[in-house]
Order: sequence, then structure tokens, then C-alpha cells
Amino acid sequence: MAEIRGKIFGIAGPTVIATGMTGAKMNTVCLVGNDGLLGEIIRIRGDRATLQVYEETGGLTAGEDVVTYGKPLNVVLGPGLLTNIYDGIQRPLYQIRATGTDFMERGIKVATLDMEKVWQFSPLKKKGDEVEPGTILGTVPETERITHKVMVPPGIRGKIKDIKSSTASGKEPLCVLEDGTEIGLYQEWPVRRSRPFKEKLPPETPFITGQRVFDTLLPVAEGGTAIVPGGFGTGKTVVEQTIAKFSRSDIVIYVGCGERGNEMTDMLTEFPKLKDPDTGLPLNLRTVIIVNTSNMPVAAREASIFTGVTIAEYFRDMGYRVSLLADSISRWAEALREISSRLEEMPGEEGFPPYLATSLGSFYERSGKVRCLGDDGRIGSITIISAVSPPGGDFSEPVTQSALRFAGALWALDPDLAYRRHFPAVNWQTSFSLYYSELADWFDREVSPEMIKFRTRLFKLLQRQNELKEIIQIIGIEALQEGDRLTLEVANMAREVFLKQSAYSETDAFNSYEKQFRMLNVIFAFLDNAEAALKRGVYIETLIDSPLRTEVLKLQNYTNEGFAPRAEELIEKIEGEFGTIEEK
Amino acid sequence: MDLITKQYKTINAITGPLVLAENLIGAKLGEMCVVELTTGEKRNGQILSIEGDKAVIQVLEGTSAIDSKTSIVAPLGQTARVGISMDMFGRIFNGFGKPIDGLPEIIPEKYMEITGLPMNPAAREKPDFFIQTGISAIDGLNTLVRGQKLPIFSGAGLPANELAIQIVRQAKVSEAADFAVILGAMGITSREAFFFRKSLLEIGTLERTVAFINQASDPTIERLFTPRIALTTAEYLAFEKGYHVMVVLTDMTAYCEALREIGIAREEIPGRRSYPGYMYTDLATLYERAGRLEGRKGSITLMPILTMPDDDITHPIPDLTGYITEGQIVLGRGLHRKGIYPPIDVMPCLSRLMNLGIGKGKTREGHRALADQLYSAYARGIDVRRLVAIVGEEGLTELDRKYLHFAEEFERRFIGQGNIERTIDETLDLGLSLLSILPERETIGLRAKKG
Repeated sequence: MAEIRGKIFGIAGPTVIATGMTGAKMNTVCLVGNDGLLGEIIRIRGDRATLQVYEETGGLTAGEDVVTYGKPLNVVLGPGLLTNIYDGIQRPLYQIRATGTDFMERGIKVATLDMEKVWQFSPLKKKGDEVEPGTILGTVPETERITHKVMVPPGIRGKIKDIKSSTASGKEPLCVLEDGTEIGLYQEWPVRRSRPFKEKLPPETPFITGQRVFDTLLPVAEGGTAIVPGGFGTGKTVVEQTIAKFSRSDIVIYVGCGERGNEMTDMLTEFPKLKDPDTGLPLNLRTVIIVNTSNMPVAAREASIFTGVTIAEYFRDMGYRVSLLADSISRWAEALREISSRLEEMPGEEGFPPYLATSLGSFYERSGKVRCLGDDGRIGSITIISAVSPPGGDFSEPVTQSALRFAGALWALDPDLAYRRHFPAVNWQTSFSLYYSELADWFDREVSPEMIKFRTRLFKLLQRQNELKEIIQIIGIEALQEGDRLTLEVANMAREVFLKQSAYSETDAFNSYEKQFRMLNVIFAFLDNAEAALKRGVYIETLIDSPLRTEVLKLQNYTNEGFAPRAEELIEKIEGEFGTIEEK
Repeated sequence: MDLITKQYKTINAITGPLVLAENLIGAKLGEMCVVELTTGEKRNGQILSIEGDKAVIQVLEGTSAIDSKTSIVAPLGQTARVGISMDMFGRIFNGFGKPIDGLPEIIPEKYMEITGLPMNPAAREKPDFFIQTGISAIDGLNTLVRGQKLPIFSGAGLPANELAIQIVRQAKVSEAADFAVILGAMGITSREAFFFRKSLLEIGTLERTVAFINQASDPTIERLFTPRIALTTAEYLAFEKGYHVMVVLTDMTAYCEALREIGIAREEIPGRRSYPGYMYTDLATLYERAGRLEGRKGSITLMPILTMPDDDITHPIPDLTGYITEGQIVLGRGLHRKGIYPPIDVMPCLSRLMNLGIGKGKTREGHRALADQLYSAYARGIDVRRLVAIVGEEGLTELDRKYLHFAEEFERRFIGQGNIERTIDETLDLGLSLLSILPERETIGLRAKKG
């Protein structure tokens, strides 16, 4: 498409109105002003186009040029994405820094990926082979952890005329088809359009986070979505980061959307040092970070989650298990609101635009487990776990409520638990997981047929504790029956040792399902045996002051490896001691 | 800057603090202007939005006596900048950067844009250097580190200013030679202004302090400039001169109210409690200027103070602040009434960067476990206290009585340290000795993590 050149007419905050834009297309990118700031057309009226500008607009003057070439907002996909960090419109932050500035200056132009870099390339297809969209042409060892698969882009098929044999770079085509179509090492894709796949698959396997409260009580399926709402200080970011660190994912896309700069720095310095629980390799080798901190331009914040999910889809298409962590969706919604109000659109609830839920849906629905394009039937998935920051911690607000419609699991964070330093501060009463029934078979098969019973029992125990607490409020703890006091005590133990989990302790940060199951096994063995002893007339104090209680509370400190025999041993000890004590 | 300043007699509308001027060709967004009255009085203005040749200008000193016939608008060709030099130490300026201490204007070494630019997240240095504030509730439980932004949430009548001054005084010792303080005061009373001036003089930091004071009687719009000028000065001192700068901004509530006033005057669609929808972003452009940069010596540690209207922590001002800052120190009226100083209500307090600044080689091994244990014991003590109100002490177990006793002692001795300084060792030792009120089986977490 030919270029269209207009002029700036009005400027207000991050939006610019340009005149003389007849023929410009909705949602295409423009270069704004003398510095060529990046903007996107979000409204057209007559010859006037309204743009959201992805960079600071201060200093712009009416009359400066606005140019568009009719291209949508694209991301560049190819080897080199992993280990890197980008802003909301995929500008590489390390490379920006290398230009000699510590600050985000206006109008910086740096290539997203290094087109000059020569990669090792091992072809899987040869001259004369038929290829279709999604066919893997060959592989590039992108990082020690991840083999990058170079795919035929959607919409292209034919017979290979020529393909590279040992190395490839962005400078020349990697493969030429007989009809002359060139396929490069890198491809572009519009951020607001989901990448195609063959079919969606049902969620039947859990997404393993290694966190007991999530995996056991509130599991999310691979390809599912979970939302983590919570007021400030309830530990949303820690939950997101813990999952980024320890979840069983091949690829992690972390989107810091309108959050804190210092926290991102912590991640950047931490990830190369931390080991992925699957392979023992540094975490950054499987991670792409998108960060648009709260003080960076709002329009780029709005784009950031779409940039993130498009990159996630690209890795999914290679057949990888991808997790997308977005912190926080509320900041994205606020960016949407800010732009909407500058457009003077009719506001919906709390000033958010009425299309909030639609936009949110277009993001969440890009999650899923799919059969990818291509001839090998490979399967990839995107699991989205996003934080929500409701104002005043009130979950009835529009962003939380809209996000709930798309969420398969709700992990509601509770300030009361956070104040007590009970982390993760997940409120097990208000949270839910819709995936449990779909995952039941998997639990029976892969963990134990007892797993689901234990889960139900744990929920009941916690529920009973809540009821008892209300009773204590009225009659005092001394007036409780001994059986109830035992329930209370064991519920407390379960909270201490099972529901609480430290993301910073080496032995406890990642728990296998095996360990989770065995821990519950010990806790309920303690409860059952203590109840039996109580019936025989043993005093409650003897039971709850038993050194065995302390041993149960120390269970967290044992590693996944060798946990089973240790648990068995402890159960035997509990049965032995509680089975034999008699009150004198 | 152009040598010729264009002047326009094209004011078309005046509303609240805003004027609308026409035919302003070539005006830039954010450009500063002078508005000149027939009396010769000159006022400062800034262009907020542009539509064709029309511009909306906010006038800092207010619009009274401006008219649409004779008043002149003269764009200055540049966005808001402040002249900065090392001579600013020990001086007091108004919220717009003009001296108000009776001494002459400084000779600027350079001019800097007051809006600043966002730091590249990839250029930031991890904030992990412990600052000893000498206050147990902070050092022990909610540790402050260099480059952190940690606000104080106060309520009307609570001693937030006193606490801020105590922190500045005590942190000075641990920060030693390269320490500088910047005070940005928005909408404070003259009594508060006296207090800050006197206190900074007393604690001997005045020669290391730059103060920008906008009093309640000063123009409202000036409050929008004050924190930006303060932070720009801080960036100069920290990243160009290598100082460890502590910036105290008070009162952010007055700042947010000024923001709301402008928003309403511009007929913007109001958000929660009629504060503008972009308040989160606006506050972030202030708070996020705290930090450290890799390869540069200095740091900016930010301590904004805000008053929670009616002690409501869910009010938009504390709420949005808490979502941006790395934790918060909350003052509690209950403790204050009990005569406990500093009245830090530790339950809702938090320092998100604490883990980076504590532990072996920084404070002490086992610090985290101790802090967690103190927190959960105090939480339980408070639960028991509520219980006592209903069932009386008789309904309690022996253990619960111990928790009750612990909570009392913790408030009285650990939190209520008074206006004295404690080293981190003193703080942690006191914490340990308080926990010995409880039976050993209650402090397993502590021993397990130590052993």
C-alpha cells in the first residue's frame, strides 16, 4: 500500500488526531511527528484519524507529519526472542541500553531481532518436499534449553526448490518454493490477530505449578486460564513470579504490564541464576520478558499483553507447553480506559469502556491446548495466569468480574492471610477451579486414586475449622469438645505445613504431586490416629503437645526426592506412638 | 529558545485554572507559556492539550483577573525545565523552584526537563542495600533498601512528619557522607513548614537538604510541579553526582486533589471518587523515578507521605499508591491513642524489597524467619484480644493468654520505641527475646529455618 501522509491536528495525552488521512486503515501503524513516534489508528472520521501513540507525546506540535504505510502493529518472530526483554511494542531493552542511554528516550529505533546474526540450521526437509502451513523446515539451537523450530508461515504451501543446509540468518531467504515464494528465518504477525491452528483440544492434563495450594486444591489445566485477584500487598506478583520460576513449562512469557521497575530488575538478575526444575538449566533460557512499567507510555501498555500472547502462540505452534503470565490485567484495563476517555467515548461501569469484556475475551481466548498446523500432528498449549488488581481489594469491580467470565480457575488472594504472612495468601473458600472434574482421571492415573478423596477431606477439614472458629467466638475454646479441638489443631497444622509454601526456600519452592499427596497422607494419618487415641481416653493435650506434631510441621523441609519413604516412616511412627499411649 | 517570543492576545475562554487560547501556531504539547496581565503581572502556564490552532493552558498562579481582551499569552518554546546546581543544598524554594529563603536565585549548572524519562527496566540495578532507619517496626519487619519507594500512609492528626524526620535523621548515620535529602512539600500548612525547617536544621542535615515547599495558601497547580522538580533535582544529585538521595514527598493527598481539580476543570470523565482515570499513570510517573542505575553510584529512595481520608486505606489515593510503591508503612490511630510512638500498625505494612536487603552479610541470618514469626504471633495475639472482648479472659487457654501478653509487650516495647534509635542487632535481639514469652513449640518455624 502506498504511503499516506497527513498532519497532526490535535494532541491530548497519549492520543493524537491527524488530518488528511483519507484512505488510512483502522488499526494500522503510523509514524507520528518529526521524531517518528510509533502510533496506531484507533478511530477514523472523515479525513481525520485518531491515533494512540506508543511513546511520550510531550513536545509534539500541530502541523507535524503523520505517515502510514498501511501495516498493522506486528511482532517479529524468530530465533533470538528467548532470554531477551522487550517493552510493550517489542522494542528490545538491552539493545536500547546499548545505544548509550539508561532512560527510554523518545523515537528510539532499534531492530527487534538481530537480522545479521548467523544461526546454526539443521534442515528437516529437502528439495522436492511438499510443505504446508506449519511444516517444520528445520531447527535452530536457540538456547541450550530450547530448540527453535522454523515453520512455514500460515497461508504458504508448495514444493521446496531450495533450502539452506547448515546456517541461516535474517539477511537472505532460508527456503525458496518452486513458485518463487521465499520463506525467511523470521516472520511477522499482527498482534491483534490470533495465529491459526488445526483444532482445540479439551483440557485433560493439569498445568503443574509445584505449589500445593494450586495443584492440589485449585488446579488449572494445561491450556486453561486462571486469574489471581488481590488487593495490594497480597502477593500477586510473587505468585506470578513463582509460577514463572517453578512451573512445568517449556516456555514462559512474562508480561509485566504497568507494574514496578524494581521488581522486573529483580527477575532479570534472578532468572539467569535460578534453575528450571525440569532440566536444571538457567531459567532465562526458556523465558521472554515483556515489560511496560507503570510510568512507560500507556498505549504501549495496552499493546503489551497482545505482544506477549502473540509470541506465546508462536512457540505454541512449535509444539511447546507455554505459560503466559500477565501482571496485571487491571493495569491493561486502565490503559484501555484512559485511551477511551481521551476519545470521549461513552463510559461504561466505573469509566471503563463498554467493550472491556470483549477486548479481555480476545486476549484470554487465545489460551488453549491445540493441535498445531503442520503435518506431524504436534500439540502445543498456552496457559494464561493473570493477576488482577481490584481497587480497594473489592472483587465486585468490572475488571475482576469481566475476567472471571473467561477464567477456569480463580485464585483469590486475601489480605487477612497476607497480613499474617500466610503465603500464598489464597483464600480457599472463595477460590475455585472448574477443571477438577476434567482432571479427575489424570489424578487417578498419575498420582493416586486416593488423591481426590484427600482433596475433598482437606476442604472439609478447613470448612469445619471455620465453623469451629465461629463457635469459639461465642463460647471460648475451653468449652469446645475434645474432638473438635483436635480438628482445630490438625486444621491449623494443615494450614501451616500444607497451604503455606515458601517461594524462597530451596526445598519447598517446587513440590511434585508425589510429595503433595504424601504430605496429605501424613496429615490425615495424624488426625485418624489421634482421634482413635482420643476415643481411648487419651488427653487432648498429650496428643497436640506430642513431638510428632513438630515432625509433621517440618515436612516442608524435605526434598521431593526420597520424600515417600520418609513419609511412610513418619506414618508408621504416628501409628506406633498414638496406638500405644495410654493415659495414666 | 527563540530570541523572539511570540505574543498572542487570543484568549477565548477562561474556566477555573484554565485558559483557552486561539491561533497559537506551532504550540507544543507541554510547552510553558507566560500569561501577562495589563498590570504587568506575569504568570506561568503550561499547554495541556492542542486542537488545531487552539490550546488549553493551565495557569499555575490561578486565572483571577485574567481577561480575554487584553491579557497576553506568550509561548516560551520549551517544555517545563528547572535549572539545577550543587548550590541548591541548604536552600529553600517554592513549589516551582524559585527561592523563598530570601537569598538570590541560584546560577544553574544545567537545565533539566521536569517530567523526566522512564528508566529503562534493563538498566536498573537491583535494590539490595539495607538502610538502617533505626526504627524496629521498619528495620526488623519491613526493611527499607536503597532505591525503594516506601510511602507512609497516615491519617489526620497522626505523627507522619515526625516519623519521616526521625527516619531521615537516623538513616543519615548509616548512609554517611554521600547522603542527601530532598523535601517536596505540597499544600502543607505554615505550621508544618516551620516544623520541617526547624527539624532539618536541628538534625544537622540542612546543608545536605534541598527543600521545595508549596504551602496550602500557594497556588494549587504549583503542586503538580513540586514533586517533579524535587525528583528532577534528585536525579541530578543521584545519577550525576553520586549521592544517595532520600526524597520525602508530603502530602501526596494534596497533590492528588490538585490533579482532580485540573481534571474536573478540563471536563474530563472522572474516575473513582472523581479523581481522574489516569491518576495511576500520573502517580507512577512520580514514584517510578526512584531506583538505582547499573554502573552509577547514587540512588533515589522515595518516601511519599499521604493522608488517608477518614483513615480509609481503600480510598483511591492510598490504594493506587500501594499498587505502585514497593510496600507501605501504615500508621494506626489505635496505637496512637494508646500513646505508642511511632504508631506503626505493622499488620497492613509491607516492604516488597525486604528480602533483597536482609539476611547473612546484610542484617543477620534468620531475619526473615524471625520477622515471619513475629508477624504470625502478633496476628494471633490480636485475634485473642478480639476474643477476650466477647468471651472474657476466663474462656482462654493458657496458650492464648501468653499470646495476649505477647501482643501487649510487642506493641509496647518493639513498636513503641519512642524517639530513640535502635541498631538492627538491638531490634532483632529484642524480637527474639519477646518471642520467648511463648512456649517453644509455638516457634518451630524459627528454629527449623535456623537449623
